Amino acid sequence: MVYPDKNVLVNEVNNLVKKYGNGRESLLPILQDVQRKFGFISDFAMQEIAHKLEIHPVEVYGVVTFYSFLSTEPKGKYVIRLCKTISCDLAGKDAIATTLQRELNLKFGETSKDRKFTLEYCHCIGMCDQGQAMLINEEVFTKLTPSKVIEIIDSLK
Amino acid sequence: MPIINDTVFFDEKAHGEALEKALTMSPQEVVLEIRESQLRGRGGAGFPTGTKWMLALSANADKKFVVCNADEGEPGTFKDRVLLSEYTKLVMEGIVIAGYAIQAQKGFIYLRGEYAYLLNHLNSYLERMRKENRLGENILGSNFSFDIEIRLGSGAYVCGEETALIESLEGHRGEARNRPPFPVNTGYLGYPTIVNNVETFACAYIVLSKGAQWFAKYGTEKSKGMKLISVSGDCKKPGVYEVPFGIKVKDLLDLVGAEDTKAVQISGASGICIPMSEIERNISFEDIPTGGSVIIFNKDRNMLHILRNFMEFFVEESCGQCTPCRVGNKKLLEGIEMLEKGICSHHYLNELIELGKTMQIASKCGLGQSSPNPFISIVTNFKDEIMSNSIRGGNGK
Amino acid sequence: MESNIKTERVPVSLQPHKVDKMTGDIGGEIEIEINGRSYKVPFGTTILEACKLNNIHIPTLCYHEDLCLAGACRVCVVEVEGMKTLQASCAFPITSKIKILTTSEKVRKARRHILDLLLSEHYGECYSCVRNNNCELQRLAKEYGVDFYRFGHIEKPRFEVDKSSYALVRDMNKCVLCRRCVRTCIDLQEVGVLEATRRGYNTVISTFMDKPLLDVICINCGQCINRCPTGALRAKDPSDDIWKAIDDPKKHVVIQTAPSIRASIGEEFGLPPGHSMTGQLVTALKMMGFDRVFDTNFSADLTIMEEGTELLLRLKKKLVEGDTTVKLPQFTSCSPGWIKYIEHFYPDYLDYLSTCKSPQQMFGAVIKTFYAEEMGIDPANIVTVAVMPCTAKKFECNRPEMNASGFKDIDYGLTTRELAQMMKEAGIFLPELPKSDFDEPFGNASGAGLIFGATGGVMEAALRTVYEIVTGREVPFQNLSITPCRGMDGVRQASIILNDVKEEWKFLEGVELKFMIAHGTANAKKVMEALIRGELDDFHFIEIMGCPGGCIGGGGQPIPTSPEIRRKRAEAIYKEDAELPIRKSHENPHIKYIYEKFLVDGPCGHISHKLLHTHYIKRGKYIV
Repeated sequence: MVYPDKNVLVNEVNNLVKKYGNGRESLLPILQDVQRKFGFISDFAMQEIAHKLEIHPVEVYGVVTFYSFLSTEPKGKYVIRLCKTISCDLAGKDAIATTLQRELNLKFGETSKDRKFTLEYCHCIGMCDQGQAMLINEEVFTKLTPSKVIEIIDSLK
Repeated sequence: MPIINDTVFFDEKAHGEALEKALTMSPQEVVLEIRESQLRGRGGAGFPTGTKWMLALSANADKKFVVCNADEGEPGTFKDRVLLSEYTKLVMEGIVIAGYAIQAQKGFIYLRGEYAYLLNHLNSYLERMRKENRLGENILGSNFSFDIEIRLGSGAYVCGEETALIESLEGHRGEARNRPPFPVNTGYLGYPTIVNNVETFACAYIVLSKGAQWFAKYGTEKSKGMKLISVSGDCKKPGVYEVPFGIKVKDLLDLVGAEDTKAVQISGASGICIPMSEIERNISFEDIPTGGSVIIFNKDRNMLHILRNFMEFFVEESCGQCTPCRVGNKKLLEGIEMLEKGICSHHYLNELIELGKTMQIASKCGLGQSSPNPFISIVTNFKDEIMSNSIRGGNGK
Repeated sequence: MESNIKTERVPVSLQPHKVDKMTGDIGGEIEIEINGRSYKVPFGTTILEACKLNNIHIPTLCYHEDLCLAGACRVCVVEVEGMKTLQASCAFPITSKIKILTTSEKVRKARRHILDLLLSEHYGECYSCVRNNNCELQRLAKEYGVDFYRFGHIEKPRFEVDKSSYALVRDMNKCVLCRRCVRTCIDLQEVGVLEATRRGYNTVISTFMDKPLLDVICINCGQCINRCPTGALRAKDPSDDIWKAIDDPKKHVVIQTAPSIRASIGEEFGLPPGHSMTGQLVTALKMMGFDRVFDTNFSADLTIMEEGTELLLRLKKKLVEGDTTVKLPQFTSCSPGWIKYIEHFYPDYLDYLSTCKSPQQMFGAVIKTFYAEEMGIDPANIVTVAVMPCTAKKFECNRPEMNASGFKDIDYGLTTRELAQMMKEAGIFLPELPKSDFDEPFGNASGAGLIFGATGGVMEAALRTVYEIVTGREVPFQNLSITPCRGMDGVRQASIILNDVKEEWKFLEGVELKFMIAHGTANAKKVMEALIRGELDDFHFIEIMGCPGGCIGGGGQPIPTSPEIRRKRAEAIYKEDAELPIRKSHENPHIKYIYEKFLVDGPCGHISHKLLHTHYIKRGKYIV
């Protein structure tokens, strides 16, 4: 993924404002769509959205930084979020975390240079009865073992 | 899924036709029925649902909103995920019933971003309802029109707090509001709004279809009906259980096949941790209230490690608005680090417990008010283990 | 009332709870119990207000009279009988017969804990802080007898201090996250520089993308400084450089004092607001070693001559010559905060602005040309200092285009607070000084120049002159007090009909001169939106001040500020105006003198255009 062209962004934001409306309550849906499409919300995109919704860019920045699933830095094509909350932690988080870091050659919080993978921790994803669990983009993977993780990563590479 | 006798949720044949029935009643009658059932909010706080709906119904406004709180973020809770994916009708039609009861025009489902994979299923279900005229203009031939829109969260636990959720819906940072005013008066965009948990809407459906008296047969005096409990941790059969309110913790442990149990965390990270000496206590609003999370720890688990996990959670998930929650949780976490190093004196530990008590009463919203619960209950109930942690070699599990 | 500066921009969450007025036989009052004693308070007031009415003190931190509610700091919590948790008294409306405890054990312990938490994160020592002895956190710590750091104390700074701006310094290490600056910037001023970003313990007040203040759209109004409870926000202090210039025998240091300074500087020495200190101020400045002390009121008079003439010329061009390119209404240009605001937010409307420099800059230009010549001093050796109620003036004097004489018009902009600090350093206790007069050749000024300090003052001063130029008569208001210009309403408008005009102004016969006044940039925004909608086409003159209350509420004024304080400062100015012998700019003999001797081709002539007028920059909103 390359840094999105300004015209593309302007068009996209225009379309999203048309779709959701130009009230402040449309801010999150718009940001979510931009995040999904471009992998992040650039400072240009934030300003463009702010001007369309008639709010201040810093307010958009405040919102983007508040929510963990929105980011101002480019994320990978696959965002891997490993649950670190207690039930998954008890189910063997450390082994899975080590496997992920090793196989992706990434530390938690990092994005690969080719912008293919981002590795992150997240809080409880509601799969506590089937831990260890993780999300890859919007898909959920449960009952992870190191070998299962390797299999999943290989299928994405 | 393990089921015990008299299941309400898990037996589709038992669900009945609540929406049809509700539409033959007046909104007031629907609210009274809910009130008579003594249904209390299933998200954990336990506010009487009938009262909430009554307040919203009597509020004077040209627009009203219903919000289904599907921001199920409490660690160890996943019952709403099951309800939404497998018992969609109960939830969706429960929302429509609530909309009818308070005379709202629109409902939102605030679905946590982590559950985005449910979106397709839910949207196609809504589409089906629209086709069947169970949603949209003049529902089932009545003069009641109502629609539901799904909004996604974006990874913020605090948005499960109702006013933070409304802030988020309005496009703001998910920071709790002052109350009063309460959402039933001044909610989404300033209009009267009811925010209920997913399970509450499902319960409302059941109350309508089976009748308030049938519903009130179950549970205890102040906690009527059945409760869904998400069980995880050290047990043979984790999953969602439907139990009557008043069930003893001990009986629940037996039911799920827990062995060598040392501690039970009830109501997730914001709940309390009880030792085996207290397992005769029961799950109800009278004794141990819960939004439905039970996490079991066996005798090999390090309580300090568990506590650290919870407190890290709160330090990151606090909205950061009010002082007690923003800084208080950090101080508690630093206390845990000191305990791990063996440099936290008993005196300072007591200072931290007192701080926790201040956080419980001085924080702006439920998050900060409940975040010290695990700290206080774990360091109190497992003091010997906690204080000897560093001697034993620290940070292991 | 000034309550309308709490604009409608405020989100629902920050609005005070609207309580329907109660009717019936109890007359809208309700009986409550506070600490065991009963009181009658108006229905719907907050607990905090109810306590204030009855002289019961509740400490506050995030609460500010000018701002919408936050309920964030929790310092003002009280116990309400029957409620499990403590309630923030600033946000809790009284709608039933509640029983309140404001100092119970629970309350005291909670407040103390909250202070302990804030102090544990507050980096910086009081004795090296500009707000030492005027810090709300410090005061609270004293009030609650904090004598040790219960939960430790942060050892290293977490943030780099942002000194990029010409006007402001942001030190987030001292920030207590009360968000007054956020509410000031977004809701009160609608500029939108600062917002809370991130979450949880990592929450911080920041600019867009954490950029330095210089790179974002800050108008330097300094209103955030006035409302910051700690030293996290402060003005950029040039006093060391000024001392250096005073101490340098080669330098001829000239200081001018803005109209509103005299009405507020006494507060820095413990006087209640509303005490004018003009004569003492002059004495003090001379004692400090300034070579000449001038009154900005003089150049305010000069501004009126230029700006009034400009308005008449625009009217003539439009009405007589039919020139459609001329823009009306004409907007005032004295407030540098407003100027930067319009340059950023309405760059396509800069032609509506008067091209006049602000009085500060005009004076600088005159000093480094006319005055230098008259005195025989090389302008290179003249240092011009302007003591202003304003932080935006610090930016203004550094604008590169402000150097018509070949030198910076003004070298240093100093705030009221900084000047008071310099006086204290010089061992001067202002209220005890004898009075003295401003120096010649700009010694006298009119009352018209003086009232520039309050919102509406420029308009009033201009009308006194313009009306008289056109009709040959004084404005038809008792005692020259054009009352429609006064007051604290956010946007005010009025008109005067020009009758029996002089021959050369025949084209203005019967014209209804419509004018409008706004203060605070949130209100400026309302005016601009109305202009864009075409609703102001029949208006002629609009005064805008960037700060609420005008200069008396400026970002460089003594802290604290409140509607009451600003009202009293304004009163002091109007009182002094009423007592002055000369109250119209065109009657100021020094003004007549300068047009005879120096600006010989008159107001808006060639020379004045070069020295006293300026142009503006289309800055726009994008942040790069």
